[in-house]
Amino acid sequence: MPPVIRVENLGKKYTLRHQGEAGVRYRRFSEELLDALKRPLRSLLRAPHSLTPSTSHLTPGSREEFWALRNVSFEVQQGEVLGIIGRNGAGKSTLLKILSRITEPTEGRVTLNGRVASLLEVGTGFHPELTGRENVFLNGAVLGMSRAEIRRKFDEIVAFAEVEKFLDTPVKRYSSGMYVRLAFAVAAHLEPEILIVDEVLAVGDQAFQRKCFSKMHSAMQEGRTILFVSHNIPAVTDLCATAILLERGHIRAAGAAVEIAGTYLTSLNVCSELALRDRTDRTGQGKVRLHAVEVRTTGMADSGAAACGQPACFAFRLSTMIPHLVCRFTIYDEAGHPILHMATEARDKVDQAAADDDVLLCEVDELLLAPGQYRINVALSADGDVQDHVEGAAGFTVQPGVLRGRPIGDSAFARAVMPYAWRAVSSAELAGTGTGVRN
Amino acid sequence: MPELIIEPGRSERQYWRDLWRYRELFYILAWRDISVRYKQTAIGVAWALIQPLLTMLIMTVVFGKVAGLPSDGDAPYSLMVFAAMLPWQFFSTALSTASQSLVSNANLISKVYFPRMIVPASAVITSFVDFLLSFLILIGMMAWYRFWPDWRILTLPLFMALAFLAAVGPGLWITAMNVKYRDFRYVIPFVVQIGLYVSPVAYSSSVIRQRFGDVAFTVYSLNPMVGVIDGFRWAILGGEARIFWPGFLLSLVFVFLLLIVGVWHFRTTERSFADII
Repeated sequence: MPPVIRVENLGKKYTLRHQGEAGVRYRRFSEELLDALKRPLRSLLRAPHSLTPSTSHLTPGSREEFWALRNVSFEVQQGEVLGIIGRNGAGKSTLLKILSRITEPTEGRVTLNGRVASLLEVGTGFHPELTGRENVFLNGAVLGMSRAEIRRKFDEIVAFAEVEKFLDTPVKRYSSGMYVRLAFAVAAHLEPEILIVDEVLAVGDQAFQRKCFSKMHSAMQEGRTILFVSHNIPAVTDLCATAILLERGHIRAAGAAVEIAGTYLTSLNVCSELALRDRTDRTGQGKVRLHAVEVRTTGMADSGAAACGQPACFAFRLSTMIPHLVCRFTIYDEAGHPILHMATEARDKVDQAAADDDVLLCEVDELLLAPGQYRINVALSADGDVQDHVEGAAGFTVQPGVLRGRPIGDSAFARAVMPYAWRAVSSAELAGTGTGVRN
Repeated sequence: MPELIIEPGRSERQYWRDLWRYRELFYILAWRDISVRYKQTAIGVAWALIQPLLTMLIMTVVFGKVAGLPSDGDAPYSLMVFAAMLPWQFFSTALSTASQSLVSNANLISKVYFPRMIVPASAVITSFVDFLLSFLILIGMMAWYRFWPDWRILTLPLFMALAFLAAVGPGLWITAMNVKYRDFRYVIPFVVQIGLYVSPVAYSSSVIRQRFGDVAFTVYSLNPMVGVIDGFRWAILGGEARIFWPGFLLSLVFVFLLLIVGVWHFRTTERSFADII
């Protein structure tokens, strides 16, 4: 069974033309003519023994090449649901445009074995002056459905969108929710062999999104091949069996969706390639600077990971120690939710620093964070003024460990743990004694 | 379902098959433009009739009565002018809308695949609908003057097809150029303005032939509209109206030449539209 999609060594290059300060501007034919006339004159005017190379690539009007995709190769089998994830600018939309034949590749080739329908935008072709009914026909035709097909599915489309009452009003009067529902309803009734969906499911409310997903599920059950691009990672892991991760135009990883999602999320949490010391994306007056952060289980040599339930320490290497220094840091989970906030307070013996102390240590008796990936933001202040504030100063992993004898493993349900114990009591005991800490 | 291969520079044999598969889009895009045009106007469809009628009246007064240009044979002057106005209006609006069509539909071109030639072609179709409405006025005028055409009016569809091709060729070329060089669209109003006087709309082409001779007339016939307008007059007015066949054939050849150049240039640049637009 040949693969439904085969991509071999695909590359797409864009030539950016810089027009002075303003970035890219459209070319003017009149300029082209003048340029063509000036060129022979320019070569005549240049000194014959000039050793200076042409510096046209540096001046305004220069060109720059940008590879949106390079060396991309993968295969998709019939009925497979492939997720494509990556940061903004990774090349996902470019890949989809090539597969949809909207733009041509610069190198490589794609082999398709089936009719492709692409949903790169919701409501393509919708005209605000036309009524809902007219726009259904327009949008359907633009997406490749024949009029007979649209007429046949018309009632289903309208029912899916729930806009029966407003079919004959111009679409410019629709609320954005209605607009999106109608647009998606048309697209949802396409029946191609290969369906390409680009982040269109990000619009609409919860009820609508649930509808969209169920439609995608039924498409899967019908054996259609689906390529799904999204930033909604849970959606990707839910719908897709396999996924590829694009990074700056290259495939960084490919495989099972859950695994690839994990790789992607980890890469998001790697805050910066620069050492903390050299980073310039920080604020503050600068009397003291944070040079490094180390997180470890107390007594272990490896930094960057700590075991759950065990003693841990956070070490902040500073440029210098100044009097009245206050350090605050917040720990965020993978999804960016703040979990813990810790700060030096007056009762900590920071002020009694010795002359050669340049590390601030925060010690925790039991690390009560559930296993997973975390990130910390740090702020250093002195005398009420912020001296250094860095977001994403460091990332660390909490590994499964043991909390007071209770093993704590990976859990998707919670971000925090605490010591607890279970026992059985009678209602009488609970009512009578109140807190009932039996020993 | 045959295999489809996407590769840089691959000439699409699929393209012409795709044009057939997407044939309904020709009609739907034209229908969209016409619907939108009339949706919000109070006069609505009537505007499509009023415009050519008014132009014809003004032309008759200015060129016929004021300037005293002669009519062709014994057909009334206003009928002679209108017989030329019909194809000229069609050609000028078709060329104007077609040359802007790709840029106006940028949102479609960057998000959906369909053979891009459909866009300027549907602009020409929109102008054709206007032409049909103006044709009703022509019939009205003929009834008014009690001027009945002879068998030659049956050849009108042929000349109509010629006008169609004359608009499509340059239209494709200009709209493709306009995507890359956005100042190209300023050429069109200029060409249309000059064209109105250079083409034999307000006068008969026989005037040119009499005054400047046959050779000059042959050069004059390089303007594709000369052939089309002469053909229209020949078909509609019957009687005395004649066609100078060498000039007409030259016009015909030139129309096909422009068509081939237009299509070729369009197909060559089409693959980069979505990137530039």
